Amino acid sequence: MNELKPLANQESKSRFLNDQKNRLKTGQIINNKTMSFKFNGAKLNGFEGDTLASALLANDQVLVGRSFKYHRPRGIFSSGTEEPNALVSLGSDEFQEPNTKATTIKLFDGLTAKSQNHRGPLAFDFMAATDFLHPFLSAGFYYKTFMWPKSFWEKLYEPIIRSAAGLGALSGKPDPSSYDKGFLHCDILIIGAGPSGLAAALEAGRSKLKVILADDDFLLGGRLNSEKFFINNQSSDEWAKNAVAEIMQMSNVRIMQRTSIYGSFDHGIFGGLEIKYDHFKHNHKKPRQVLWKIYSKFSILSSGATERSIAFGNNDRPGIMLAGSIREYINRWSVCPGKNVVVFTNNDDGWRTVSDLKSNNIKVSAVIDVRKETTFHDKEMPVYTGTSIVDTSGRLRISSVTLSTGEKIPCDCLAVSGGWNPNVHLTCHQRGKPVWNDALNAFLPNNIPKTMKVAGATDGLLQLGEALKSGHLKAKEITELLGKKDSKSSAPSADNESVKNTSFWHVSESKKRCWVDLQNDVTTKDIKISFMEGFKSVEHLKRYSTLGMATDQGKTSNILGLAILAELSGKTIPETGTTIFRPPYTPVPIGAFAGRSRGKDFRPTRLTPSHNFAKNLSAVFVETGMWMRAQWYPKENESHWRQSVDREVLQTRSSVGICDVTTLGKIDIQGADSAEFLNKVYVNGFGRLPVGKVRYGLMLREDGIVMDDGTTARLDLNHFVMTTTTANAVGVFRHLEFCRQCLWPDLDVHLISSTEQWAQIAVAGPNSRKLLEKIVDKDHDLSNEALPYMGCKEITVCNKIPSRLFRISFSGELAYEIAVPTRYGNSLFEILMQAGEEFNVTPYGTEALGVMRVEKGHAAGNELTGQTTAQNLGLEKMMSKQKDYIGNVLSKRVELNRDNKIILMGFKPVDKSIELLAGSHFISKGKTACTDNDEGWMSSVAFSPILNHSIGLGFIRNGSNRIGEIVTAVDLLRNKQIDVEIVSPHFVDPEGEKLRA
Amino acid sequence: MIIDHPLLGPRDANEFVYLGDANLINRPDWTEKDADKQFYEYLYLRDNPSGYHRELWYHEQGDRSWLIVTRNTSTHEIKQVELAKDYHLEKSKSK
Repeated sequence: MNELKPLANQESKSRFLNDQKNRLKTGQIINNKTMSFKFNGAKLNGFEGDTLASALLANDQVLVGRSFKYHRPRGIFSSGTEEPNALVSLGSDEFQEPNTKATTIKLFDGLTAKSQNHRGPLAFDFMAATDFLHPFLSAGFYYKTFMWPKSFWEKLYEPIIRSAAGLGALSGKPDPSSYDKGFLHCDILIIGAGPSGLAAALEAGRSKLKVILADDDFLLGGRLNSEKFFINNQSSDEWAKNAVAEIMQMSNVRIMQRTSIYGSFDHGIFGGLEIKYDHFKHNHKKPRQVLWKIYSKFSILSSGATERSIAFGNNDRPGIMLAGSIREYINRWSVCPGKNVVVFTNNDDGWRTVSDLKSNNIKVSAVIDVRKETTFHDKEMPVYTGTSIVDTSGRLRISSVTLSTGEKIPCDCLAVSGGWNPNVHLTCHQRGKPVWNDALNAFLPNNIPKTMKVAGATDGLLQLGEALKSGHLKAKEITELLGKKDSKSSAPSADNESVKNTSFWHVSESKKRCWVDLQNDVTTKDIKISFMEGFKSVEHLKRYSTLGMATDQGKTSNILGLAILAELSGKTIPETGTTIFRPPYTPVPIGAFAGRSRGKDFRPTRLTPSHNFAKNLSAVFVETGMWMRAQWYPKENESHWRQSVDREVLQTRSSVGICDVTTLGKIDIQGADSAEFLNKVYVNGFGRLPVGKVRYGLMLREDGIVMDDGTTARLDLNHFVMTTTTANAVGVFRHLEFCRQCLWPDLDVHLISSTEQWAQIAVAGPNSRKLLEKIVDKDHDLSNEALPYMGCKEITVCNKIPSRLFRISFSGELAYEIAVPTRYGNSLFEILMQAGEEFNVTPYGTEALGVMRVEKGHAAGNELTGQTTAQNLGLEKMMSKQKDYIGNVLSKRVELNRDNKIILMGFKPVDKSIELLAGSHFISKGKTACTDNDEGWMSSVAFSPILNHSIGLGFIRNGSNRIGEIVTAVDLLRNKQIDVEIVSPHFVDPEGEKLRA
Repeated sequence: MIIDHPLLGPRDANEFVYLGDANLINRPDWTEKDADKQFYEYLYLRDNPSGYHRELWYHEQGDRSWLIVTRNTSTHEIKQVELAKDYHLEKSKSK
C-alpha cells in the first residue's frame, strides 16, 4: 500500500507552529528559520534563536530528566546557567556531551539530545523505586549505611551507588573536536551584556579605550530581552538591539558572545570560555571552544542576578518554574510553559509574571503572595495574601497546588518567585566575602578586587533605571582613572520598577518533602538532619548534604539552604555566612583546558640532529624527557633487542661505534672569573685546568647531595664548555644562574645554554682515532701526543666545518666526542658511517651506551637519585679541602660520613647464568629478608656481552671493604633471591689503559 | 599573577619558576667557626609569613633574571620587584 507523503515545501510555517503546542502566536522568533531536532528519539521543531529548553517547552516537553538520587521526574526549572534539572546529553558516539544545561544550549538544525539518569523510558524510570526508600537515603546516608563490612565498599556498594545515582556518561571515545587557547589584553573588561553592561559598554566604548564586552548568551541584552520594559522610550529588547549595533560600530570594543567568564584571578586576569561552534560532526576541524585568558586593567562586573526558589511540599514537580524564567520564555521565545498558571511569590517581582501572562491571554488561576499586605491587586483572579503552598500533586507534571488554607487549585504550571540573588561569584574568587543586606534579603559584593567595579543588579541595583545609571557611572569612573576626560554623555533612562520583598524561605507547615537543592536532591529535612548531627557550619553542611554542589553550584539553592540553617541555629544569615565561591562560575570542559596540548602535543618533542638518519635505519626510539633518542638499531636478522644491543657493544668495543649524545646539556661559560665560578659550583678544582683539557666535575646541592655530573672543557683561558646530564640540563642551568646572580654577582662570568647549537657525536672504540682522522681536515694532529686522553681542541672537519673535539669516554674505550654546528649533525653522522665502513662501524643507541657505562662503572641517573652523596658514589677523594663550593659545609655532616655508609659497588651473580634484577635489596648471607637487615640496593643491571654474564651496579653498606663477599640480592616483588659477589664497579679495563691508548 | 619585571615590564607569572624565601641569597661564610650551624639554618629554616614575603622568582621563559619579589602571601599583592643581582651588589657596597 502506498503511504501518503506531503511534499517538503508544503510544510508551511503554520504547520510548524501548530506542532509547537505552547508557542504563542506573536513575537519575533516565530518569523525565524525553522530548525528540527531530536529529543529522546522524537523529532521536534523549534526556531532559530531558541535554546533547547525553550524549544522543548514550545513542544510541551515539560518532563526532561530524572533527579540525581531519588529518580524523581523533573522538568525545566529556569532559563539560564542556574538550571538544576534540565541536564541532557547532546550528540551521540564520540560527539556525546553529557550534563549540558538545556537552558543554555543554542538550538541548531539536527541537534540530538537525550535525557539522563533513568532506566527504561523517561516517563517510567525503573529506578524511581528509590524514591520510596527516601527515609533511608537522607543526608550523609552513604557515610552511615555502607560502612560494614569494610571490604564491601569498593567492590559492592560504591559501584551500585555510582550506577544508581548520577549524571550522564561520556562516550568513552577520544573527543574528535579541537579546542584552542587564546590571550587578550584590554583596558576594560565588561562581564555581562545586560542593562548595566550595555550602558557601561556604550560609555566605555566612547572613550576609545580598548574594551571587551563578554556575555555567555548568544543574544546580548540579558534581562532586557526577558522583560517588557522601556528605555529611552523604546521597548527594552529593541533598545538592547540598537545599543549592541552601536557598540559593534566601535572599533575599540570587542564583543564576545557565548563567552562565559568563569573565573576572576589575581591582578585583573580573567578566564573565559567561548563557544565557537556547536559540537557537531562537520565542523570539528575548527576549534569548537576557546579558553581565553584575558588581562584587564579594569573590569566591570555586570553579571546580573539569579532568582531563587521557595521550599514547600513537593516543590520539585515538572511544571514548577522560576517566575522570572517564565517571563523570559514568554517575552523572548514566545513560549508559555502552561495553559493554566498559578503564581507563588514572596516579592513584587512575581507580580510582573502575572501581568506578562495576562497580557498574553494566558490563564492565571491564582496568585499566592506570602505577604499579608501587598501593593498589587487583581480583581480578575483569586489573590491569596498571607497564604502559602503546602503541597502539590501530579506525577509527571504538576496538576494542582494545595494552599495553607487547605484549598486545592488545579494548574499545569506553577511560577515561583523567592526573590533575587546578585551574582556576586566573580567578586569572591580572591576571597572576597559578600555582606548581607537586610533590605534586599541578599548578599552583596564586598572586598572586591582592586581593579573591579560592580554595576547593576550584581551590586543590588535590581531596578532597571538604577542599573542603567550604575553601568554608565562605573564606566565613567574607570575611563577617568585611565586619563580620559569627563564625557558629557548621560545614562540611558528608564523607570524603576518596584522590587519590595520579604525574607520568606520555606513553608514550615508543609508535611511533605520540601526541596532546597533540586540538582542534588537536598530537602529541608536533610538540612535539619545535618544540623542535628553536628554539621553546623555552612561548609560542613555543603559537604555532608551535598547542598550546592555539582554543575549548577547551587545557584538557585544556596541562599535558601543557609537561610534554613540560620533559622535552625537561631543565628542571623550574616552570622551563618556563605560557602566560598571558587572558579569556575560555570563548568569548563577538560578539553578546553587541554586545548591543543593533547596526545603527542602535550609537550614539545625534541629530535636529535641525527634523528632522520636513525629513522631511516629503523632505529627503535625511547623518550628521555622531551627528547626522542635512538635506543638501538635493529638489523634485519635480529628479532630480540638484546641481539642488537649486544652486537652494538661488541662492534664498538672491538672496532668503533658512534652515538648521538647531543641531548646532554651544554653550557657555554665565559668571563674573566669563569674558572673561579666553576671552582665554586664543582666539588673538585678547575682553576688549574690547562687550556685544551677536559675534566670530570661533580656538582652537589647545598645539602651535600649530588646534583649532577659531567665534563667541562677549557677552550680558552676565559672560555669553558660544561656538559650536564640530559635529565638535569634545565635544572643545572637554573642553578648556575642562581649562583651567578644571587650568590656571587661580583664575578665576571656569563652563561648561555648551547645544547641546541652543537650536535655532538660520541665516536668510541679502538678504531675511533683512525675513523676520525679520515674526516678531520689534514692540518689537525689527532695523535695520542697531540691530543691525549682528556684533551680538547677546536678543529675543522670535512673541509673547514668548525668543530670541537673532546677526547673523553663514557664507554671506557679510546673515545672522542665531536661537536659540529647542529645543522651539520645529521650529515656528520652519515659521513662517519660511510668513512667507517672499512672498520665495520656501528651506530649505537642508548641501551648499548647504558651497557658500556655499567661495564665501566660510571654512575648515571639510576645512581644520581637525589639521595646519594659523593661519598656514596666513591668519589670522596674528589672533594676539595682547599676551597668553598656549593654543598661543601653540609656534605661534612656526621650522618653522611658514617663508616657503614652505602658505597657504589659492582655485583656479579655467583651462578653466571642468572640474570640480575635492578631494584633488589642486599641482605647478608643467612639473614632474613626484612627491612632491618637491608644493606642497600641494586641500582643498574646489564648483560655484559664482553664478560658474557649479567652484571650490576648498586649501593651497599661499607661496600669498599667487602670486595669478594657473597651477599643475597633479594627481590620480594618478583620473588627472587640471587647470590651475588661484591666486586669493583669497574668491570672493564679497571686501570684505564684503553682510554689512554 | 603578573610580575612587573624591572627590565621587561609586566609579565605573566607562568613565565617564572618559584624558588622561595629570598634569604637564600645570604649564603654564610664557610670559614666561620659555627659554619655548620649557619648553613643548617640558611638551608632549612625559612619564614613562612602570612603577609609580605620576599621571595625568589626566576624568569626561566624570559631573560633568565633572578628576581626578588615582595609579595603578600594572603592577597598576592606585589609591592616590589628587584633584580637579585642589583640587590646583592647594593648590599655588599653598603657593608
